[in-house]
Amino acid sequence: MTQERSGAKILVESLVRQGVEFVFGYPGGAVLPIYDELFGDDRIRHILVRHEAGAAHAAEGYARSTGKPGVVLVTSGPGATNAVTGIADAFLDSIPMVVITGQVATNLIGSDAFQEADTIGITRHCTKHNYLVRDPAELAATIDEAFEIATTGRPGPVVIDIPKNVQVATAPLSDAKPQRPQRYNPRLAAESDEIAKAIDLIANAKAPILYTGGGIINSGPRASELLRQFQALTGAPVTSTLMGLGAFPADHSDWLGMLGMHGTYEANMAMNRCDVMINVGARFDDRVTGRLDAFSPDSTKIHIDIDRSSINKTVPVDLPIIGDCATVLEQLIAAWGNRKATDLSEWKARIDGWRARDSLAYPRRSGDLIMPQYAVERLFALTRDKDPIITTEVGQHQMWAAQYFGFDKPNKWLTSGGLGTMGYGMPAAIGAQLGNPESLVIDIAGEASIQMNIQEMGTASQFRLPIKVFILNNEYMGMVRQWQELTYESRYSNSYSDSLPDFVKMAEAYGWKGIRIHDESELDAGIKAMIEHDGPVMVDCLVSKEANCFPMIPSGAAHTEMLLYGDVHAGTMDDEAKALV
Amino acid sequence: MMKIQHGEAERHVLTVTVDNEAGILARIAGMFTARGYNIDSLTVADISENHSISRITIVTQGPPSVIDQIHAQLERLVPVHKVTDLTESGPHVERELALIKVSGTGEKRVEALRVADVFRAKVVDTTTSSFIFELTGAPDKIDSFIAIMRELGLVEVGRTGIVGMMRGGNAA
Repeated sequence: MTQERSGAKILVESLVRQGVEFVFGYPGGAVLPIYDELFGDDRIRHILVRHEAGAAHAAEGYARSTGKPGVVLVTSGPGATNAVTGIADAFLDSIPMVVITGQVATNLIGSDAFQEADTIGITRHCTKHNYLVRDPAELAATIDEAFEIATTGRPGPVVIDIPKNVQVATAPLSDAKPQRPQRYNPRLAAESDEIAKAIDLIANAKAPILYTGGGIINSGPRASELLRQFQALTGAPVTSTLMGLGAFPADHSDWLGMLGMHGTYEANMAMNRCDVMINVGARFDDRVTGRLDAFSPDSTKIHIDIDRSSINKTVPVDLPIIGDCATVLEQLIAAWGNRKATDLSEWKARIDGWRARDSLAYPRRSGDLIMPQYAVERLFALTRDKDPIITTEVGQHQMWAAQYFGFDKPNKWLTSGGLGTMGYGMPAAIGAQLGNPESLVIDIAGEASIQMNIQEMGTASQFRLPIKVFILNNEYMGMVRQWQELTYESRYSNSYSDSLPDFVKMAEAYGWKGIRIHDESELDAGIKAMIEHDGPVMVDCLVSKEANCFPMIPSGAAHTEMLLYGDVHAGTMDDEAKALV
Repeated sequence: MMKIQHGEAERHVLTVTVDNEAGILARIAGMFTARGYNIDSLTVADISENHSISRITIVTQGPPSVIDQIHAQLERLVPVHKVTDLTESGPHVERELALIKVSGTGEKRVEALRVADVFRAKVVDTTTSSFIFELTGAPDKIDSFIAIMRELGLVEVGRTGIVGMMRGGNAA
């Protein structure tokens, strides 16, 4: 059946047909026709945020924790520009997201109309694709393609900019799936000769390593299962990027921990000394590789990635395999067949030697204050049986969470990796809680980052979302302070968090529970009280002000040049190193 | 003191077939800017019967690893159907059209016309004191012609940028 419908109605119907449960948004002039369609329609639940950046991050949190695309609805001009940070974040971390932006009427475009911004121009290079829809007749097919592009291949954000007159004007809407050319066809499976070459390399390796990334998470939970199967067949030790945590269980004896700038000693040393590196869904990010000319100099590198532009972008590889992580892992497992795993005992003994450095060790006390690492360890110990979803902001607390919280399942760890967006964690927790109403969702935060989207406390209150925000409060933008200590002779330029609010009173003002933890003796009780409270909680955990995040590969250094707690650092760096990161 | 280093560059000619949709040129050109790649020249025109497909020829420069990235980044754009690196693929034809206006009288005017004949340039406009020549050819031929015309009263130059195609019977 075909009926004449307004653009706004076509949009809402199309979203319902895509299976959208939640739309994260904020109304405004250029989306009023869409909001009027949403009024009283209980098939889609609209989550009213307090700032459009919150909408985009909430959609990301929903997407990362459920595997389903997040949907955002914002108005033109400032509505769209406020969402840009979240869109760019989703672009760098490959998060499926569809963002609907209102636009001024087509006859006003280009006239500097009220709340006009060139949304398509602004988002062109931070989206996987974007559209300006000029006729409601194009809407159904555009939305259908947008969801396909956002969710298949390497996932990412797609923006659909809809002028107000296109929302009001009508076009026929058919019950049938929209007709459109199939122009997006990502390659999913590897060629059989590529698989054979890979198996040959891996089977003959004396010191192999699996270096896994966010691609495994994006490929779906099955990819994590297949990774575990393939690891069991080969016996290769596993390390992961920040984005890939949870794909492989942190309590496994072959787990090396995270690699990279704040990775473990054993992970970085094993990367440096391996003979065959199997990169599954990671992209040789600069935070992972350290100094490129010293990155794993003697290994043969296999790179499995669905995005051909990731191949040889920064690190030249010997065997590129373009395909979906799950599909390729399945092919590798099938091709491995009944082979016996190579004897890797010598390699594992070397790894045990590096492990013995105990690179995550830290001084247990710092005066009267709690060590932040210890706070994260206790948080992990007291919540692990609840299988929590952890979100973070960006900075030291994020790295400590990655280092001291153990993940054993995918989609439980939501963090802003590529863009490094402070203010990501609380809205992401909101999105994750909506997608996983039964789960314990905790934002491990810093006192500086949390203030970047603190207005979203109101969203959690309104929708009765029992999210927990655990602030490691060291009164500094800790990572900035750490860099200033290590490279600028402790000149702490503007990194002190002055004039902090009273987070407990702030929690109470929003109808949350507020808990302050001053002393280690209160830590466990405070965490338990946080978990037990049936509603949103903000914990202000006062921690050591000058604790540093180690291990650390300093700017411009190689994997083998890690700083550990207790090492002496000069507090300066040459210009080349300063400029690198 | 730290100085910014620049790498060795190679010149490559790429042809890109794309959906002929609004904003496609900005998407391609903007990708080059956003990722710090060079564009020496870029031409674009509709090439299909139903106006749905355009062909873009881009001349770019960069080290081999960058050229490979440019190729991959172009392919990653949704409206891009196909990317061919003509320089990489082998023998190909590169052609460019230029309009060259020369002004003068007497000896120089005669000499300009004589040189134009040598280069097989066409006169497409003339007054008693000027010519517009139309010249088609490989870019270096046009460069040489313009260099000579500078001596003979060159007033204005317009160039299309390169279009290119593989030699032989098959489509790229």
